[in-house]
Amino acid sequence: MSDSHHLDLLRQMLRIRRFEERCAQLYQAEKIRGFLHLYIGEEGVAVGVIGSLLPDDAVVATYREHGHALARGMDPGAVMAEMYGKMEGCSRGRGGSMHLFDASRRFYGGNAIVGGGLPLAVGLALADRLRDQPRVTAVFFGEGAVAEGEFHESMNLAALWNLPVLFCCENNLYAMGTALERSESQTRLTLKAASYEMPAWEVDGMDVLAVEDAARKAIESVRSGGGPHFLEMRTFRFRAHSMFDPELYRSKEEVEVWKERDPIELFTRRLITDGGLTEDDLATMESDVAEEIEAAVAFAEAGTWEPVEELTRFVYSEVVPS
Amino acid sequence: MTSLATPTRTITYREAMRESMSDAMRNDPRVFLMGEDVGRYGGCYAVSKGMLEEFGPDRVRDTPLSEAAFVGAGIGAALAGLRPIVEVMTVNFSLLALDQIVNTAALYSHMSGGQFNVPIVIRMTTGAGRQLGAQHSHSLEVWYAHVPGLKVVTPATVEDARWMLPTALEDPDPVIIFEHAALYNSEGDLPEQGAPVDLDRAVVRRPGPDVGLITYGGSLPKTLAAATELAEEGISAQVLDLRSLRPLDTEAILTTAASTHRIVIVDEGWKTAGISAEIAASIAEGAIWELDAPIRRVCSVEVPIPYARHMEDAALPQTAGIVAAARELVGR
Repeated sequence: MSDSHHLDLLRQMLRIRRFEERCAQLYQAEKIRGFLHLYIGEEGVAVGVIGSLLPDDAVVATYREHGHALARGMDPGAVMAEMYGKMEGCSRGRGGSMHLFDASRRFYGGNAIVGGGLPLAVGLALADRLRDQPRVTAVFFGEGAVAEGEFHESMNLAALWNLPVLFCCENNLYAMGTALERSESQTRLTLKAASYEMPAWEVDGMDVLAVEDAARKAIESVRSGGGPHFLEMRTFRFRAHSMFDPELYRSKEEVEVWKERDPIELFTRRLITDGGLTEDDLATMESDVAEEIEAAVAFAEAGTWEPVEELTRFVYSEVVPS
Repeated sequence: MTSLATPTRTITYREAMRESMSDAMRNDPRVFLMGEDVGRYGGCYAVSKGMLEEFGPDRVRDTPLSEAAFVGAGIGAALAGLRPIVEVMTVNFSLLALDQIVNTAALYSHMSGGQFNVPIVIRMTTGAGRQLGAQHSHSLEVWYAHVPGLKVVTPATVEDARWMLPTALEDPDPVIIFEHAALYNSEGDLPEQGAPVDLDRAVVRRPGPDVGLITYGGSLPKTLAAATELAEEGISAQVLDLRSLRPLDTEAILTTAASTHRIVIVDEGWKTAGISAEIAASIAEGAIWELDAPIRRVCSVEVPIPYARHMEDAALPQTAGIVAAARELVGR
């Protein structure tokens, strides 16, 4: 694998990290309101998986999806403007942080019902199957979704019909404040997939190369008719669940231990040790990323408010597709 | 609808629906049918009987008992450009798919700023009257009619059973078709040369100036029977078939109120927060000065629908109750 590819992986993770750090500041400044769920600590998962997809594949994400949107190539300005509630936002300001959409990139949200995106992903894949299109649908969900009926129904249906779905479980150990062992009788999540006869692998979600390697293998198999696959990415969110979460359910020590496995720091160190990255390269990358994010903030600031007269637009479609 | 010059044939509601689906599938390769027992079993109410043989298992797709997953899969397939007809066996089981219908299908267009649309058709049986007990006798159409982003239609005639579906399939947004189980065996005359019908206008099924009877779906035959009885007493009742609960044809409702001055609303749903309440409120807002008498509602008694025949009959709107309400309003 080329050095430039590795640098790109690092850059993608760094963009997400810095973007979200800026979001947190903007939340304090009351530019962003409502719920804001930060992905900080989990960047390796979105970057490793989504970078392995083709442009015509589909992505279905959760309400913690800033990272997925950026990794999918969505314009940071449009994403930031969405958080501001501006009309130039990727969902016209209708969605907010939890409902980022981009039809041109087959990015189907931004689904804020835990488990709610899985049946949708099965349907996208069913359409590909019925039309013989060799496309993959990657659906992301947390380990909390595994307790939902929609998870099991979707896993069964995808396996039963041999559909091209990549189930990406981001196991960050806490469903809001509920630890995995407090919500699942069986905490080995790959066993759930195994019960549906679905290939399932446990992956170190803090190692972007491990994620990428697993994702590539799984995607290749899914695309070539191997049926749905399940990846459990072991990861951790370093920040609170949302901006309203006092984090009473986990210790600071636990968070600190995981921070030692920060996917960006781990990968940076590795690239420096291997000689693929210098401190100067890193500084340049940081400065490029900072510039991109400030441009996104400026775009959002300069954005406009949708006229209230348009409130009822798009409840029903305006254009009848052929 | 039928003129003397138009040749017609007699057909059941069930056959009309089947013909409609088969025709749509022959005309458009994007259309497929999916649901519990739609294939080998031929449909719980035999609506899709024979379709598996014609279209094969990919397009007449049996699903597991997974309402959330297969309705959601229909939504996903619709998002991807197909035209799924998803059959949910009954409205009772649709509650297991409520999340997908309300949180996904209804919201994706608006929430995405108009980037996505969900051209799905969801069909389901509704209603009581066949001693199936409380868990198989709900009339919850109004739950769906409450939600912006959905369209809710209630074909009550063989013509609507035959010709609403193609319009629904052309619609870029989610359409839910409620088929009252008591209607499947009903027969009617269908013009040989039919055409797709609109999904948003109420139709006067029987004209009359003395009292307006507003209803839809499975209550239409009972209401028409009531109008016949009333006519024998010299009361000429107008029967308005809503056909669609969302959008609700408020204009037609107000026109009926203004032309009859006395309104009885007949709905198999419960009265509290039901569609009858919405209709009454619309009249209060738009035509209250036209009324010569209070609005009357003939709805299901506010109990779970019981099994025993006499108790079930007592719980549901019946022709006698409709006649009595109309009679009271005209002072007979």
